[in-house]
Amino acid sequence: MNDQTLGERLRQRGVSRRGFMKFCAATASMMALPPMMIPKIAQALEQAKRPSVIWLSFQECTGCTESLTRSHAPTIEGLIFDHISLDYHHTLQAAAGDGAEHAREEAMKAHWGEYLLVVDGSIPLGANGDYSAIAGISNLAMLKEVAAGAAAIVSVGTCAAFGGLPMANPNPTGAAAVEDIITDKPIVNVPGCPPIPTVITGVLAHFLTFGALPELDHLKRPKVFFGQNIHDRCYRRPFYERGEFAETFDDEGARKGWCLFKLGCKGPTTYNACATARWNEGTSWPVEAGHGCIGCSEPRFWDAGGFYKPLSAPFNNIGDTILTAGAAGLAVGAAAAVLNRRTKSDAVKNRETITIKDLSKES
Amino acid sequence: MDANELLNWARGPGFDIALVIFIGGMLLRLLEVLALGKKPDLSAPRGSGLSGGLRTIFSRFLPRKQVFDKEPLRIVNAYVMHLGFFVVLFFYGPHIPLFESVLGFGWPALPSGAINAVGAVTILSIVAALIFRMNSKVLRFLTTTGDYVAWLVTLLPVLTGYLAYNHMLLPYTLMLALHILSVELLMVVAPFTKLTHMFSFVTARWYQGFKAGQRGVES
Amino acid sequence: MSAPTVEKGIQAIKGQIDATVASYFSSCVHCGLCAEACLFYTETGDPRYTPINKVEPMKRIWQSEYTLLGRAKKMLGLSKPVDEQTFTDWETLVYDGCSLCGRCSLVCPVGNDISDMIRKIREGFAAAGHAPEGLIGASTRAVEIGSPMGVKLPAVQAQIGHLKKDTGLDAPLDVQGADYMVLLSSMEIMNFPEYMEAIARIMKQAGKTWTISSKAFEATNSGIQIGVSDIARVLVKRVVDAAEELGVKTVISPECGHAFTAIRWDGPNLIGRPYKFEVKHILEVLDEFVEQGLIRTEGKDDQKLTYHDPCQIARKGGVVKQPRNLLNRIASNFVEMEDGGAMNWCCSGGGGVSANERADELKMTAFKKKKSQLDALGVDTLVTACANCRLTLEEGLEEYEMDLPVVGLTEMLAEYLVEDKKEQA
Repeated sequence: MNDQTLGERLRQRGVSRRGFMKFCAATASMMALPPMMIPKIAQALEQAKRPSVIWLSFQECTGCTESLTRSHAPTIEGLIFDHISLDYHHTLQAAAGDGAEHAREEAMKAHWGEYLLVVDGSIPLGANGDYSAIAGISNLAMLKEVAAGAAAIVSVGTCAAFGGLPMANPNPTGAAAVEDIITDKPIVNVPGCPPIPTVITGVLAHFLTFGALPELDHLKRPKVFFGQNIHDRCYRRPFYERGEFAETFDDEGARKGWCLFKLGCKGPTTYNACATARWNEGTSWPVEAGHGCIGCSEPRFWDAGGFYKPLSAPFNNIGDTILTAGAAGLAVGAAAAVLNRRTKSDAVKNRETITIKDLSKES
Repeated sequence: MDANELLNWARGPGFDIALVIFIGGMLLRLLEVLALGKKPDLSAPRGSGLSGGLRTIFSRFLPRKQVFDKEPLRIVNAYVMHLGFFVVLFFYGPHIPLFESVLGFGWPALPSGAINAVGAVTILSIVAALIFRMNSKVLRFLTTTGDYVAWLVTLLPVLTGYLAYNHMLLPYTLMLALHILSVELLMVVAPFTKLTHMFSFVTARWYQGFKAGQRGVES
Repeated sequence: MSAPTVEKGIQAIKGQIDATVASYFSSCVHCGLCAEACLFYTETGDPRYTPINKVEPMKRIWQSEYTLLGRAKKMLGLSKPVDEQTFTDWETLVYDGCSLCGRCSLVCPVGNDISDMIRKIREGFAAAGHAPEGLIGASTRAVEIGSPMGVKLPAVQAQIGHLKKDTGLDAPLDVQGADYMVLLSSMEIMNFPEYMEAIARIMKQAGKTWTISSKAFEATNSGIQIGVSDIARVLVKRVVDAAEELGVKTVISPECGHAFTAIRWDGPNLIGRPYKFEVKHILEVLDEFVEQGLIRTEGKDDQKLTYHDPCQIARKGGVVKQPRNLLNRIASNFVEMEDGGAMNWCCSGGGGVSANERADELKMTAFKKKKSQLDALGVDTLVTACANCRLTLEEGLEEYEMDLPVVGLTEMLAEYLVEDKKEQA
């Protein structure tokens, strides 16, 4: 069974050729590949052998795993996920304790240099990495050990990609992203809190198809999924252009579906596929549900002043800042005023009365 | 430091620092001025200083024909620059929450496309102001380094805002961060350059108008 | 008593800078529009005459003494100092190149009273020994002799004598409790005796009592022009003391611009208290007389004539309507000069410029503005209400070979006065 190709497996599960080609076409379009590439994708996927995948979960909430596994109906994405040889995954594997760790070690030995490492969760660097450990091995040590033999690393979710919520100010555990620690392996970041399932499978499909990671942006995110600006692709954009904004979540503007900018939508600074790929099998996405984008696929979205603060509003309570400013201005101003008064009164006091005798230099 | 970090700094500590310097600095400048005092005019008044002062604060928004005829282009350009700046600053939808967070109330925004056009015109008028400055004998003679600094810090927020809105030159997040930082630069620089005129024009007009009102002369 | 020094000059300017000046400097955006309002700039094309540039030394002192950043710069040695050279360089701008006409103050978009700042900066220039010789001489004569032109009481008495002999009218000296105390400018005593005669006739017709003080007949105030409040105070005090001693109700400022500014506006501020009498310009008084029917005129001059508004009387004195009311009564072909009224162009000789011989050439260049205005109008007569304007105008008209009589409004009015025989009897 381990030697089955993906094509064989899909047919065994009752996926028609037509359905498979449809998936290939969708994958191609999502990855912005030309239609002529569809047969190539199909061929590559048909013949793809099961790759070994080791999934390490560190400081995380399991939301990313939930996102990937909790599909309502069996999908081709789900089947692709089934197709990989998931040799180690805390949440999903049957083995526990030493058995689980043995499975990891064996997979590493068997596929050294070839396996794919998927990480979710950030890695605590504080206290020598002792904030989080699995089987007595610190996350830091385990990441370094497993990464050493990986062909490539996929950082799934914003925690693994950018540090995520564990890194939020004041970052008590010294949480760091995978790319902050591993610098000698190809890494692809698939951020999101959680990431869109299709995006993860898309990256895997790309890896299976081309044997390499997709083209990445400056944040190591696959350009095909993270090249789109939420704001630019948002169906509420026309309201923004007209200056029509919802002021509260239950006002007339909100009911009419106006722009959520003033309610803190971070769409303008967020790059993700939500507006086009959508969630829950294309049912909806946050903005459509009436809530602004929180920018979860962007670094430091967790410290961006609050989800409900408009992008253009400052983080802190301006009233307090103004009071501080007023106090500072009054204090410095009072000192300057005293100085000015003294300078002026000295000038007036010390001035000698001028008579006609005092006008000419010659006299 | 990535763009998001820069943006967060600009919206967080950066804005606080700029606001403290802006408000504190302007207060300082005001107290520096007021501390110098003004002796009351003891001459028998012919009219009301109060109404003269108030009248002049408003009447000087319009140029006298005698100077307008001499420099119509420069004066029209100055109007375009000031009004454009105000329109973009106060009526671009995303700017309003900023004022809302200070004042506690907002106002309707103008369509973003219109703001974009006004922004473009404003940029042109600021550039034109510099060209006028460099082409006039009197202005070249009067111009100091401070004038160029004030010109630059006025141009940058409008320019970066325009580039950010139109997704030009740099990624949006970075441009937005630069836009906010340029506004902060303006706020920090304003109290220590001629940009103090944004407030002191009121006291200046008031003083001349008050005296004129008391004396029953035009101002 | 000590020699003037740069330090004294700076100190005087420091003492002059108040909240108004600081507001003005804080507001200036270097827009340069004031240049377009200044005849010394428009007629020379020299940007140094831009009004706001004339107070540049004061700006430097304000910055380094009264602003935080300026203080820091001064401590670090980064500020441009005001020194002997600065005073030398700016002296001709502050005195020769400004007639204190105040036109710039009216056009400044941020509301800066530049003219007032120039008046203030002159305090420093005088204290630093950089006042022009001509003004020092005039001030010295004013303080020591009683008149900048050296006119003494006997000259006034001689005029009164002529008046009595020629017309039978009197100009009574030192009348206790008179309605009006009339001041004269030396120029009126020396050059335009018609003024005294006109006053005598008008007062008689109006049935008002009036007097000239033997102690303070001189209205002009060189202290204002040279910019030394201490001297201006001495001169104003003479008038105030005389008027309050005589117990007059109203003091009449003559047809002289800066004299009106000195006695009407600056005087109370110089002596530090309001007066116990009123001060009016002669045109205000005449207009009142006419309005109240105290004097009547008959006939009209049918020549084409125009009126030159003296800056200190119109723009800075608010006497704009009155001369027009009066002129329209006695002239059928009165035309306004362009920008007449509060926005008039200066004759080019005000604010001490005409008393400063060094400035003669510049003054004549600046006069081209008035010349072009008059050329455009093509009038037969030019009426004004300031002896200094009148002299400058006559001088300029002669320089540019223009044949145009210049008349004082008061004396012109007196010519059309209806002498009421019954009242006389």
